[in-house]
Amino acid sequence: MTNPLVAMRARPHPASAPSAVTTLAWRAMLKIKHVPFQLFDVTVMPIMFTLLFTYIFGGALAGSPRQYIQYLLPGVLVQTIIFITVYTGIGLNTDIHKGLYDRFRSLPMWQPAPIFGALAGDLFRYSVASALILVMGLILGFRPQGGVVGVLLAVALVMVFCLALSWCWIIVGMLVRTPESVMTTSFIFLMPLTFASNIFVDLKTMPGGLQAVVSRNPVTHLANASRGLMHGEPVATEVMWVLAASAAIVIVASPIAMRMYHRER
Amino acid sequence: MTDAIETRGLAKRFGDTRALDGVDLRIRQGSVFGLLGPNGAGKTTTIRILATLLQPDAGTAIVLGHDVVRDARKVREKVSLTGQYASVDEDLTGHENLVLMGRLLGLSWREARTRSTELLEAFGLADAAGKQVQTYSGGMRRRIDIAASLVAIPDILFLDEPTTGLDPRSRNQVWELVRRIAGQGTTVLLTTQYLDEADRLAERLAVIDHGRVIAEGSSRDLKASVGSSALHLRLASVDQHARAKALVSRVLGDGVLPGSDPMSVTARLANPAQAAAVLTALSQDSVDVAEFSVGNPSLDEVFFALTGHATGVEDSEGRP
Repeated sequence: MTNPLVAMRARPHPASAPSAVTTLAWRAMLKIKHVPFQLFDVTVMPIMFTLLFTYIFGGALAGSPRQYIQYLLPGVLVQTIIFITVYTGIGLNTDIHKGLYDRFRSLPMWQPAPIFGALAGDLFRYSVASALILVMGLILGFRPQGGVVGVLLAVALVMVFCLALSWCWIIVGMLVRTPESVMTTSFIFLMPLTFASNIFVDLKTMPGGLQAVVSRNPVTHLANASRGLMHGEPVATEVMWVLAASAAIVIVASPIAMRMYHRER
Repeated sequence: MTDAIETRGLAKRFGDTRALDGVDLRIRQGSVFGLLGPNGAGKTTTIRILATLLQPDAGTAIVLGHDVVRDARKVREKVSLTGQYASVDEDLTGHENLVLMGRLLGLSWREARTRSTELLEAFGLADAAGKQVQTYSGGMRRRIDIAASLVAIPDILFLDEPTTGLDPRSRNQVWELVRRIAGQGTTVLLTTQYLDEADRLAERLAVIDHGRVIAEGSSRDLKASVGSSALHLRLASVDQHARAKALVSRVLGDGVLPGSDPMSVTARLANPAQAAAVLTALSQDSVDVAEFSVGNPSLDEVFFALTGHATGVEDSEGRP
């Protein structure tokens, strides 16, 4: 038998940046496989919201549950994926405190690979959650007029925004001590961000002061764009708005996050 | 042969705490070197600087000919670090963790899988290969952690307190692994607060306290610096401690070594024959001795003699 302690005497050439990112994305998927709960808890809540809102408020808000879900579902998709972004920060925080981050940092690989690997893994998580929400919607009577292309475009746009937003939670993940604090801190921002939007109700039903706030919320624009794309309505302005907001978040947050990531601790 | 590690005047502070205050070390290639000291002495900080995880505020560290600050990547290609906490992904299985490491080190999927199987076998973890690491016992966790550092055999392996918190059997397994790794030519730098661990594993060791190296040499050198031989007495009762100490000191003159154990007295002997005189005096004064032995002083006593305080009394050496 070969002696495993000498077998790998000559060290291989370290992984290239894309290969390291792919490998770390594979790790993120394995985590979902082993801990499916982290997908479950962020998906069940929106499913519950959709059911409750559709059947309790649907009649009052839009005439009938079936009419309301046409309005609600594209927004619930936005909310669900936005909530999942928190896991990027939670995952990074866990790695730092478990010492895994130290091991990654002492490897001769492209240093930001763990962050980009995590983001790539998140894309998979977003896709699974999106599929679940859409299937449930179709069962409940959601009929997107924009067809498959419209729905896919909407999902893609939501993902772009959410990947950008993830950078904020990467910063939070490095700032606070425990994964629980990442969750709490992020939700302090996410709750108003998603509820002070037009995900659930039309902007026109809100008081004037609130309308001013809600109409400037990027989530409102994302929900509008998502609805428009799914139903085949022209929403180029909203899409541009979302892309601009995403770019702005990345431009501001990612250098801060990367600087903090490289900072020693 | 060049030195594996050479540091000069390494200094590091965290806020007001001076973690390292001028550490000079020279570690020969192919040896097991022990960094011994209580919590908070600066052991972990030293190892983290050498593994490129921290940058020193002053001084230089050369690892296998590369400066840890300027040539960090070169250093990373040659060293592996196993930290104090199991630095593997607890959600993943043992096998998946090792495949992950193999891939990040540049192996193909197939090579990484083969290598993982090989290491799991060698580390006695084959049965647990498909189980999540969070279900592993402390000893298994430590082994998978060390295995993760050996996916590609490093020229230098840093082990930060490799046996802290392990039961005696797991501890022995880890010791055996360290000996095997060192036997294959890898330089091992380990930190420990267990004196017997340093004594058993390390050919040379440095005693570190308050961020400074206060003694360096083989364990024999260090023991010799405290005295040629020592008498260890273990008393039958705590009440007689003061009386026993006074008697020993009367018979031997100034030989009693400071110690923290209220049940025992240790004294330096000019020659082993003095032991008989001490025992006679104790028995005449009806001090009950449960056990006695004459031998080299333990590293515990060495530490006490060098620093004037016992080991393990400082605040824990946390992360900054």
